[in-house]
Amino acid sequence: MLEVRVLFFARSRELAGTNETTVSLEDGSSTKTLLLLLFQQYPQLEELRGNFVFSLNHEYLGTDEEQQLKAGDEVAVIPPISGG
Amino acid sequence: MEQPGVALQEGACYAEVTPDALDQSKYVELVADPGAGAIASFVGVTRNSFQGKATERLEYEAYIPMAAKKLMEVCRQACSKWQVRRMAVAHRTGTVLVGEASVVIAVSSAHRRDALEACHWAIDELKATVPIWKKEIFQGGEVWKENEEWRQQQAAARLAERGTAAAEGEVAAQHFAGSAQPGAG
Repeated sequence: MLEVRVLFFARSRELAGTNETTVSLEDGSSTKTLLLLLFQQYPQLEELRGNFVFSLNHEYLGTDEEQQLKAGDEVAVIPPISGG
Repeated sequence: MEQPGVALQEGACYAEVTPDALDQSKYVELVADPGAGAIASFVGVTRNSFQGKATERLEYEAYIPMAAKKLMEVCRQACSKWQVRRMAVAHRTGTVLVGEASVVIAVSSAHRRDALEACHWAIDELKATVPIWKKEIFQGGEVWKENEEWRQQQAAARLAERGTAAAEGEVAAQHFAGSAQPGAG
């Protein structure tokens, strides 16, 4: 098993009801697996489906990009940004 | 939810995410340089209305370490695109009242055109790439804003991604057709 830290921001934070969580995944799991798990664990996130991206260790992932996860990775749910 | 800030300095570039009020003059002074003939600056402030509704305040939230990293990338890219002497970008988090600054950019260059263009490009790039969010609190409600610059960049990235995926799919299909032919014949 591997553990990753998942952070929620803005609308995703409100929907999840928390800033962050730790998720345990099978070794070799990818961001796609994590996505499925997050929707199971936080069905409220459905509101944002298709309207957020992940970042992995402070770099954006593409909408359809799949990356293998390793222990200690930091993933964030990034809804549309609005800085400035 | 008060988030402590972070400041990064790399060569001629300075990037900061801070919960404190922003002072434009601090960043203009930061980019002062004897080789500069111009300093351009941009200050983004909270406006009192949006589409006819009275805005009370904005609440900013940042993914602090990634936001600082992305602000630094904006600086570095601007410095590689234009002849910049020094550059500073700062973004505030937390409550920003009407008339207060949420973002300050300052750029110095030998000649004005570089500073002006780098400054203009940097605010657009910041709005497209730096993980910071604002909630607008107006009379009778609140809403998470979404930057048009982010939407456009995401749409372009998806198009590129799917273009590549479609092209790869085509290659795979051709390969399959090619390898299937001998068996079929």
